[in-house]
Amino acid sequence: MTSEYRILPAGDTALVVEFGEQIDRAVSGRVLALARRLDESRPAGVVETVPTFRSLMVCFDPLAVSADALAARIADLMPPAQSVEKPGRVWRLPACYDAHVAPDLEAVAAAAGLSPRDVVERHSATAYHVYMLGFLPGQAYLGDVPAELAMPRRPTPRPRIRAGSLAMTSTMTCIFPLETPCGWHIVGRSPVPLWQGGPRPQALLRPGDTVRFAPVSLREYERLAARAADGTLEIRPAEAPLGAAA
Amino acid sequence: MTPALRVVAPGMLTTVQDLGRTGFQHLGVAVGGALDPVSLQAANALAGNPPGTGALEVAYMGPTLVAEADDVRLAFAGADAAIALLDDEDAADGVRLDGMRSVRLRRGEAVRIGSLVGANVLYVAVEGGFAIAPVLGSVSTYIRGGFGGWHGRALMAGDRLPLVRESARAREEWRLDGLDLRPPPRIRVIAGPQDDYFSDRAIATFCASDYTVCAGSDRMGMRLGGPPIAHLRGFNITSDAIAPGAVQIPGNGQPIVLLADRQTTGGYPKIATVISADLPALGRLPIGARIGFTPITLEAAAAARRALLAEIAGLPARIVPLRVCGADIAPRLMDRNLISGVVNAYG
Repeated sequence: MTSEYRILPAGDTALVVEFGEQIDRAVSGRVLALARRLDESRPAGVVETVPTFRSLMVCFDPLAVSADALAARIADLMPPAQSVEKPGRVWRLPACYDAHVAPDLEAVAAAAGLSPRDVVERHSATAYHVYMLGFLPGQAYLGDVPAELAMPRRPTPRPRIRAGSLAMTSTMTCIFPLETPCGWHIVGRSPVPLWQGGPRPQALLRPGDTVRFAPVSLREYERLAARAADGTLEIRPAEAPLGAAA
Repeated sequence: MTPALRVVAPGMLTTVQDLGRTGFQHLGVAVGGALDPVSLQAANALAGNPPGTGALEVAYMGPTLVAEADDVRLAFAGADAAIALLDDEDAADGVRLDGMRSVRLRRGEAVRIGSLVGANVLYVAVEGGFAIAPVLGSVSTYIRGGFGGWHGRALMAGDRLPLVRESARAREEWRLDGLDLRPPPRIRVIAGPQDDYFSDRAIATFCASDYTVCAGSDRMGMRLGGPPIAHLRGFNITSDAIAPGAVQIPGNGQPIVLLADRQTTGGYPKIATVISADLPALGRLPIGARIGFTPITLEAAAAARRALLAEIAGLPARIVPLRVCGADIAPRLMDRNLISGVVNAYG
């Protein structure tokens, strides 16, 4: 991969540091490494950073630092092209692939030339990288879905899907944290709230985390969903990240 | 009972907004906040509040609010509207109030705000602010996320918004003179971040054309209608972050300008981005308004931002006593038959 990047203005209060045009793990690694460096060094004038698949948006106050001066500071902080980001947390999230909560599972299986059981096996056997959070609060974009399961969006989006819907399109899969219109293929549902509402809201996942899905029965899903509803479902990272301090 | 402002009728879309919630876009949380932060801060200045205090943002048609406190001071800034001070919530007629002023309501008195004229939003600030706990550092209502403001939603009839103050400060009422809320002749933009997805000709079309603000515009985005902007190499990009004022061009070539409640990330190329100093003017443009865009440099954008901040900082200095019983105003109210002969001493 190339070490090149571009710094583009996004109005007068944001710069976009772009590392590529496609979804790519190495590109994501550089985005997240730069985000961490900026968050740690907090250069004057920087308000917040927004990591995405392929770029980092750096929001700033142009009266505290000029775009040129900030671009120079970003260049100073640029992680080396080969840098390896410290692994994030590792999660194992329960997901129910029962037909009752997976309206598109059969169609996805048919399109892929597989049985629904194969689709579930492959979807749940993959360790997904959290590329970014976006679109809705707490919504994590997880990739990459195995190539044989990748397919375009549904021709007609659904006007509403339920919170917790586990859906996929192209190389991405998501648990949708809130009710929303959606054109993705719904292959299951998870009881885990990725967005914790209330007076002190929190997102469960962070960019750079790793997620696997643990298939559960409809009955188990309902039990876990009831616990999520009354706030007693505790989800913790599955194991200590490699290299973390003891 | 705690002091409150009770919602008799909610209006079309009345929400609590402040200057927004920064620092959480990396979690997918929209910044939100007032569509027109200049008018918000003007309303707060008239109410005697710090500039970023949460106030009611009124869109399209206003609410009817009744005072459930010893007395409550409100202040209005933004779009014109028929604002009536009513003896009680059931009164058919009342005293007509101008905008850009403060007013004191006694217990049981109400204000009724009609349809907005000339601009998209009107702010109603309350002296001392609402007793609403901030969520993630802000009281802005984030409807899509279902949190912030008043239970994460627009006001409904019967809501009782708790107030910080039990009564209004003893002072005369104020008005604000000379705040120019007209939009600039052309909205100023910085090219990019994806201007390389468009031909020079498409960029020239964007800069030379007039666009109309279309129905379907909301707090997330302003939909424009006009000469379509053609893409050079498709309209799908790998999602990246969306800056305030980003002008994205979807498949149909009709621009959408992303506003306060914009989603944090998106997958259409963005031909240009409105400068921060012109976002308040953009936020107050009503459906049907005509606008155009003109590209400027980052240096010019910084100068415009400095000028806007100076104007906002100068708001308190423009406030003058209302003197509603002055010879020029009372006869006008009588002429319109809006008052029955007695002008309330407090306005």
